[in-house]
Amino acid sequence: MAQEAAIPIAATEEARPARSRIKKLLSLVRHQPLGALGLAIVVGFVACAVFAEWIAPYDPQKINVDALRAAPSWSHPFGTDRLGRDVLSRTVFGARISLMIGLVSVIIGTTMGTVFGVISGYFGKLIDSIIQRLIDVMLAFPPVVLLLVIITVIGDEDSAFRKFLTEHTPVPEGTFLGVPVFLDIFVIAVGIGIAVSVGTARVVRGAVLSLKENVYIEAAQAMGASDRRIMMKHIFPNVAALVVVLATIFLPIAILAEAAISFLGIGVPDPTPSWGADLSGPNRQDAISGGIWWVVFFPGLALSLVVLAFNLIGDAFRDLSDPRLRGGGGPGGGGSRGGF
Amino acid sequence: MLAFTVRRLLLLVPIMLGVSFLTFVSFRIVPGDIVDIRCGFSCDDESRQLMREQLGLTDPWYQQYGDWLAGVAQGDFGRSMGEGQLPVTTELERRLPVTVELMVFTVILTLVIGVPLGILAAVRAGSLIDSVARVASVMGLSVPAFYLGIMVIAFGAAWFDWSPPQFATGYVSPLDDPWVNIQQFFLPSLVLAISSAAVTMRLLRSSLLEVLRYDYIRTAYSKGLRERAVVWRHALKNAFIPVVTIIGLEIGGLLGGTVIIESVFALNGVGFYLLYSIGTRDFLVVQSLVLLFALTYVAINLGVDLAYAWLDPRIRYA
Repeated sequence: MAQEAAIPIAATEEARPARSRIKKLLSLVRHQPLGALGLAIVVGFVACAVFAEWIAPYDPQKINVDALRAAPSWSHPFGTDRLGRDVLSRTVFGARISLMIGLVSVIIGTTMGTVFGVISGYFGKLIDSIIQRLIDVMLAFPPVVLLLVIITVIGDEDSAFRKFLTEHTPVPEGTFLGVPVFLDIFVIAVGIGIAVSVGTARVVRGAVLSLKENVYIEAAQAMGASDRRIMMKHIFPNVAALVVVLATIFLPIAILAEAAISFLGIGVPDPTPSWGADLSGPNRQDAISGGIWWVVFFPGLALSLVVLAFNLIGDAFRDLSDPRLRGGGGPGGGGSRGGF
Repeated sequence: MLAFTVRRLLLLVPIMLGVSFLTFVSFRIVPGDIVDIRCGFSCDDESRQLMREQLGLTDPWYQQYGDWLAGVAQGDFGRSMGEGQLPVTTELERRLPVTVELMVFTVILTLVIGVPLGILAAVRAGSLIDSVARVASVMGLSVPAFYLGIMVIAFGAAWFDWSPPQFATGYVSPLDDPWVNIQQFFLPSLVLAISSAAVTMRLLRSSLLEVLRYDYIRTAYSKGLRERAVVWRHALKNAFIPVVTIIGLEIGGLLGGTVIIESVFALNGVGFYLLYSIGTRDFLVVQSLVLLFALTYVAINLGVDLAYAWLDPRIRYA
């Protein structure tokens, strides 16, 4: 009897992975339709970013004197700007810049933040005090102002940081991964990353402080493990999940931050397509005084959609992890967005 | 409580020193200074050097920092190094009212929009109005204020032949002409308030929903109180505690938001001044303004902490 029963169970278990993944996806769509929508939008934008060359109908930087400020039409669905550049193509390529800066800055920021957070929490005492007072100071800046200061300092065309990068590191200066003038992008990503690392370090340190009280840390110390080994093998794996969550929270904020500083004119410089930069300068003048609304409408729409998608995913995630809060909100619902 | 406040206030001193020192040092290493910007290509090295000496840029850094700090301690934020060499305090007198008014309007609009919607959505959870409010809030949360601002101006100009009055006139004080003043500030504040109103609404909704499930609410209902009394007198007080924190954080964020929205709506406030000074490498002004922003930001956060303890008697800072 037991054997008979065992066979079908084993059979279903074997067939499980593929089918259950699809099932899981379907049930996600059924129970969290908005979250699934958000996921779909993000996937769409990632596709745009990766395959921009194939998706965009024109070269985003190509000047076309025959179609200056052309209204949306079949040949230019999103219209063209003051130089006849196709707005659709610029918006598609803008996804690449936006997501690249978002990803790079969050990777840099959470890595730096985790290193400082772990060191600060693990060693305690003087090192902890120094790092924490520094973080206190950084947190005293309103986020937008902090970003303005950092970008002004490292983003300048011949800043020491930029010189250092070109001379001593392999960060490519020209086109890289399909991004024109990769160095510009990288410097901005580092700037945003520094801002991200401040918050990360504080949170990670808190987690490390409580982790440190565990007996296995004491055991490792008693066995003579080096501090480095304990941090790498015992502390870091335990904060890794937290760091991933932080990274997903910071990603849309980093994307918004890039758009905001590019909008203020100190981010991504002009010919490179960036949603934030395309909302400012001459485009903005065209939109406000010339009725050329399409040059700002579409890039901004793309930006809003990406942020919306991340918010929807975040909501769905919160619902799944805490069903009591079903339907929006919850602690930190909406999250503090740093005022962008 | 008093001891806590005093300790936090005292802690502000080293933090603000840190902020000012960090900004000072950061801007020393930026290549190019205001002399390069003011001269362009027109001056020779000698007159540049002369100008630098006049502006005190050739003094050793500790002297520059010390002089500036001593001034700040006496309420003198130094002079701009731009053409007119106007004292920063004179500029602030002119610009502070703009930024303060923008902030006040924004906070009022945040509360006026966010709180009623949040209550309504929670009390009528699951209804049409709840769904609409929730969708609206997640959208409001996602649209960046600067984009919304530009679209409002662009479509206002295209469809209604309307543009914000400050484009033509500059800032008009509410004492001179309240009507024009309101026209000037209503839209920028509304645009800036949308996202913080959305955050307020969402948080108030979920926090009120949670409170409404408590036993004491059932007791209140069963002793025959009307819904209005239960929600307003009993539930809201407790539901508001987490909301206050978030509103406080949002106000802090708004402080940075004014920098961006002032540039969108051409409001000549402190944020606009900061951007302009960064652009012209007028770092003495930047230093002073950054310090001012940081001080306000930290003060708001301290206020939030105190309000928190005042609202929730269970929280006591030792």
